[in-house]
Amino acid sequence: MNHETYGTGPGVSAPAPASHTVALKTSNVSMAFGPRTVIAPLDLTVNAGEFLCIVGASGCGKTTLLRLLAGLVTPTTGTLNFLGQAINGPARDRAIVFQDYGRALLPWRTVAGNIALALEACGIPKDQHRSKVEQLAATMGLSHAINQYPSQLSGGMQQRVQIARCLAQDPKLLLMDEPFGALDAITRQNLQDEVARLAQERNTTVVFITHDLEEAIYLGDRVVVLAANPGRIAADITIDIPRPRNQLTTREDRKFLEYRHDIYGLLEDH
Amino acid sequence: MSRKFLGLVLPLAILIGWEAIWYLAANPLESISRPSQIALALMHGLSDGSVLLLTWQTFESALLGFVIAAGLGVLTGIFLGLAPQLERLVRPTVDLLRPIPSVALIPLAMLIYGFGVRMESSIVAFACIWPVLLITIAAVRGIEPGLLEVSHALQLSTWQRISRIVVPAAMSRIAVGLQLALAIALVVAVTVEIVINPRGLGYGMMSAQQSLQFDRMYALLLWTGLTGWGLSRLSQTLIDHYSPASRAQLPRSPA
Repeated sequence: MNHETYGTGPGVSAPAPASHTVALKTSNVSMAFGPRTVIAPLDLTVNAGEFLCIVGASGCGKTTLLRLLAGLVTPTTGTLNFLGQAINGPARDRAIVFQDYGRALLPWRTVAGNIALALEACGIPKDQHRSKVEQLAATMGLSHAINQYPSQLSGGMQQRVQIARCLAQDPKLLLMDEPFGALDAITRQNLQDEVARLAQERNTTVVFITHDLEEAIYLGDRVVVLAANPGRIAADITIDIPRPRNQLTTREDRKFLEYRHDIYGLLEDH
Repeated sequence: MSRKFLGLVLPLAILIGWEAIWYLAANPLESISRPSQIALALMHGLSDGSVLLLTWQTFESALLGFVIAAGLGVLTGIFLGLAPQLERLVRPTVDLLRPIPSVALIPLAMLIYGFGVRMESSIVAFACIWPVLLITIAAVRGIEPGLLEVSHALQLSTWQRISRIVVPAAMSRIAVGLQLALAIALVVAVTVEIVINPRGLGYGMMSAQQSLQFDRMYALLLWTGLTGWGLSRLSQTLIDHYSPASRAQLPRSPA
């Protein structure tokens, strides 16, 4: 396939079509914890409005890469840029959805209260909270649960709350760290379709981490394969499957299966 | 229903046995009053207001000391819990001061304040601050790191982080420290009154004993126990109703 760029180490950059504006760019970014290099110098470009999926085996530095993009950790070398601004720490226009929803929600606040936390952080006047919370809850299908506490909700619903809270920040970049890893297959598929729809409607740039190859192909405009020890880009593949995609037909699509076949081989190699 | 009153069987049996022995013994000790005499003395003390006055005096000192310790302990504890470097600086001093028996401060407190509420409550505050401080530090340290990460990612201000994440997340454990301190407050207040301060239930017991009013002494002892029990029940009820953590532990709805 000619739309693949294979990288063997540092310094492999993604092809960025000139027609797109670059939203996110990492230059020579590496991360080491003591003597252990988790991410080798890495160049990655994400276009505005692009849905990028990063797939890799566990321990390949996916989560570290996402935390770097969120500004929660500082790289050992290199620079990160978002919309022309250097990333020096967290910012509210870059929202992160944590994998472990149980640890990311405030157990003493209701669904409405958890969503409102982001509004409070953004300094939005209190009298606007109610309408905004109701609107976001409706978007995420949480309207009936708005006064319930996280412990009263299923895992899928809790993850919806966390996504709603991130949307309340009105982010330009949505970072998602294996958000559906702990959910059952049916819940996962529903949430995949909703996140894909939301990203398209809001034209949000998304970086989505997963270890599920099919999920990456199904959701992504582009799939980046990370190889481990140290983390580096093994492949950067544009997914040329039209949207909206469908859980049944897209997954049976000949192209989908070809992508799956090719990338599966890459994951095995590294 | 019957299970609720099961706990009363033993105390009642003891009281009846106690009363019975007093009648059966040929030459009962004068210093061991009968339950019926004690009950009468307590009723008498309550009706003439003297017991209530003593109770108020003890509570005044105990609660004032407790409030001072709780305020200082919780604030300092949150601060030190969030600043590990500073805690390392302060910790040795805390460890040095903490083992000083609070009663050993009576001479010093007497020197500074003389008899009265301030002397007593300052000793109570000294005794109460350590459990509050140490439990608050541990509670803040024990906050789910994920929640702090959320506050970081949302760029909450320091005040927002403390008021919206740290305090509610640590509250249920801080409440345990406060409950402990409340019990200590009553113990220390009564002790100071017995040792030196001429007010409150402790002093009441001492003077009853010295004027050979043994039934009154027992009545005050019983009353002190009851008020302590009532205070701990009250604090538990408050915690159950108002702690943010109790809201989080609502039963799961069927999936």
